[in-house]
Amino acid sequence: MTGNLPLDLLITVLRSILLVAVLLGLAPVLIVMERKVSAFMQDRPGPNRAAIAGVFRLGGIAYVLASAIKLFTKENFTPSEANKFYYYLAPAISVAVGLTTGAVIPFADTLIFGDHHVPMQVLPINAGLLWFFAIASLGVYGIIFGGWASNNKYALLGAVRSSAQLISYEIPMGMSVIGILMLFQTLQLNEIARAQGGLATFFGLFPLGVHVGPAYIGIPNWGIFLQPVAFIIFLVASFAETNRTPFDLAESESELVAGFHTEYGGMKFAMFLFAEYMGMIVASSVMATLFLGGWQVPFLDTAALQTLSLPLVRIGLGVTIALLALIAIALFRFAASQKGRFGDARDYEGQVLGSVFTVLAAVVALAFFLALGLQTMPAWGGVAFAAFAQFTAYFVKMFLLASTFIWVRWTLPRFRYDQLMNLGWKVFLPVALANIAVTGLVILAINGHH
Amino acid sequence: MKVARPEADVQEEIYLVAILKGMGITFKHFLANAFNMRRMPTVEYPEKQKQFPAGYRGKHRLTKREDGSVRCVACYMCATACPAECIHIVAEDVGDNTVEKRPARFDIDLLECVFCGMCVEACPVDAIRMDSGIYSITDFARKNFVVTKEQLMATKPQGMPE
Repeated sequence: MTGNLPLDLLITVLRSILLVAVLLGLAPVLIVMERKVSAFMQDRPGPNRAAIAGVFRLGGIAYVLASAIKLFTKENFTPSEANKFYYYLAPAISVAVGLTTGAVIPFADTLIFGDHHVPMQVLPINAGLLWFFAIASLGVYGIIFGGWASNNKYALLGAVRSSAQLISYEIPMGMSVIGILMLFQTLQLNEIARAQGGLATFFGLFPLGVHVGPAYIGIPNWGIFLQPVAFIIFLVASFAETNRTPFDLAESESELVAGFHTEYGGMKFAMFLFAEYMGMIVASSVMATLFLGGWQVPFLDTAALQTLSLPLVRIGLGVTIALLALIAIALFRFAASQKGRFGDARDYEGQVLGSVFTVLAAVVALAFFLALGLQTMPAWGGVAFAAFAQFTAYFVKMFLLASTFIWVRWTLPRFRYDQLMNLGWKVFLPVALANIAVTGLVILAINGHH
Repeated sequence: MKVARPEADVQEEIYLVAILKGMGITFKHFLANAFNMRRMPTVEYPEKQKQFPAGYRGKHRLTKREDGSVRCVACYMCATACPAECIHIVAEDVGDNTVEKRPARFDIDLLECVFCGMCVEACPVDAIRMDSGIYSITDFARKNFVVTKEQLMATKPQGMPE
C-alpha cells in the first residue's frame, strides 16, 4: 500500500481487472479446448467450419463466438411454477463465487518500487486460503437453488447429489492442505508461494540441489515434492468440487437430462457454464499456488530474476522469436495442405495468420536487437520483468492444471454415486488424516525442541 | 450361462495407476491426431461425400424406355406395396395399343417414405429403382419433398449399369 488513496484505488482496480480478464478471458479458451481436445482424443476433427468474416476459423474459436451470440439472444424464459427469485439468483451466485474465490490468488511476487509495495493479489489478506474455502463452499448454493427452484425432478436430483458431494469432498480437501499449512506456517497465499522458492531439503538434512550464482538447480521447494499425497487428494477433490468428470454427478447428462441446469437456457445457462470453467481456473490456480510454487519461476527466485533480468530478457525474446517463426512455418504448411479444401476464403486462413505471425516475429526481433544494444537494465525494468516472468510462470502452471481437468474428463467415465461417497469418506478422509499425522511427526522429529 | 467377472488387480484397485494408463492412451490419440489430421477417419461432408455400395437404397427414380417415355404402366403395384403410403399415382390412357396406361402424375412424398424398397420389389416392369445414390435429401420447404414424375424421371442412376 502506498498510503496515497487515489493511487491505491487505481492499483486495486487494475488488479481486479487483471483477475477478471484472466477468469473471463480464459473460460472461452478452455471451452474451445474442451471441444477440440475431446475431438482429437476421440479421433475426430471437432469444430472446424464456422469462420469469422468468412476467413478465420482459428481452430474452433469462431464456434465459441457463435455460441455466445446464440446464448445472448435466446429467449429468457422461466419454467412454470418455478420459484422465480431463486431461479434467477442461482446462476448469479455461481458466477459471483467463481469471480470472488480468485481474489486471493497471487499472480506474482509483491512489486517493490522504492518504498511502494504493490501486492499482486486482488485481496492480499492473511486468511487467503480460508477465504478460498469459505467462498468456494458457497458455490453449492448456486447449484441447490438452481435445482430446487427449477421445479423439475431431474434438476432437484442433480442438486441433491451435488450438495452431498460438495460437502463430502470439502472435508478431505480442507484436511489435505493442513500439511502444507504446517510446513509454511501461513494462510496468506503469497507467503506460501514465496516459501516455495529455493531448494527442497531432504528432511531438513541437506538441500536437494546446488546454487549456481544467483540461481539454483535441483528439486525446488514446491508443495508437490513436500506433500505429494496432499496434492493427489487436493487434485481429486477439486474435480469433485468443480463438478467435473469423473465426479459430475450433479450434471450426469446420461441419467438426469442435464442435472441441476436442466431448466436453464440462454444466458442463464451460459452463466452456469462460465461458473464451471471459472471454478476450474480458480481451483487450478490454488493448486498451482499451494503445490507447484505459484508464481515461482523454477530455479530463479525474485532477486535472481531481477539481477539476471537483462540476459533473461534476451533469452526470452530469442525463444519467442523462434516460437513465433515455428508457428508461422506450421501455419504456412497447414495452408499448403488445406489448398482448395473449402473452395472459399477459408482456404487462405493459414496464409493470412502465417503472415501475421511472421510480422509478430519481426517485431519481436526488433525488440531483441534493442535488448542486445542495452548495456544495463533500469531498476524498474528488472522489477517489471520479474513480475512478468512470474505471472507467466503462474499462468503456465495454472493452464497445465486446467488442461488436466479437460484431459481427465475425456479419459474417465463417471463414478457411481456410492463409489464416489466411498472414495471420499473411506479413502480420502483417512489418508488425509494420516498425512497430517505423518507430517506432524516428521516436523517434530526435524525440529525436535519445538 | 455364467460369465466370469475378472477380479480387479491391485493396480485397478487403487485407481491411480489405471487412471494414468488411461490418460496415456487418450494423450497418445490426441498427439497423433494433432500432428497428423489425415489420420482421422472422418469424412469431411459436404465437401467430400461417401460413395455407397451398389444396392444402397437412395432417392427413387423412374426408368425410361428407349424412346424416352416412362416405363411405368400405372399398375398401382408399388403404391399398394408401399407400407408408408407415400406413392400417389394418377393413371391415364396412352391412346395406342402398345401399353394400356401410363401415369399422368407419379408423386412420392419423400418425408413419408421409409426407404424400404418394397416399391422396387413390387414393380413388374422395372420402372422404379432406388439406385440414384442420393442419400442426403434436404430442402427448406415441406412441399418440395413431394417429387413429381418429371423429377423422378430426370434423376440419374449412380455408378451402376441400367
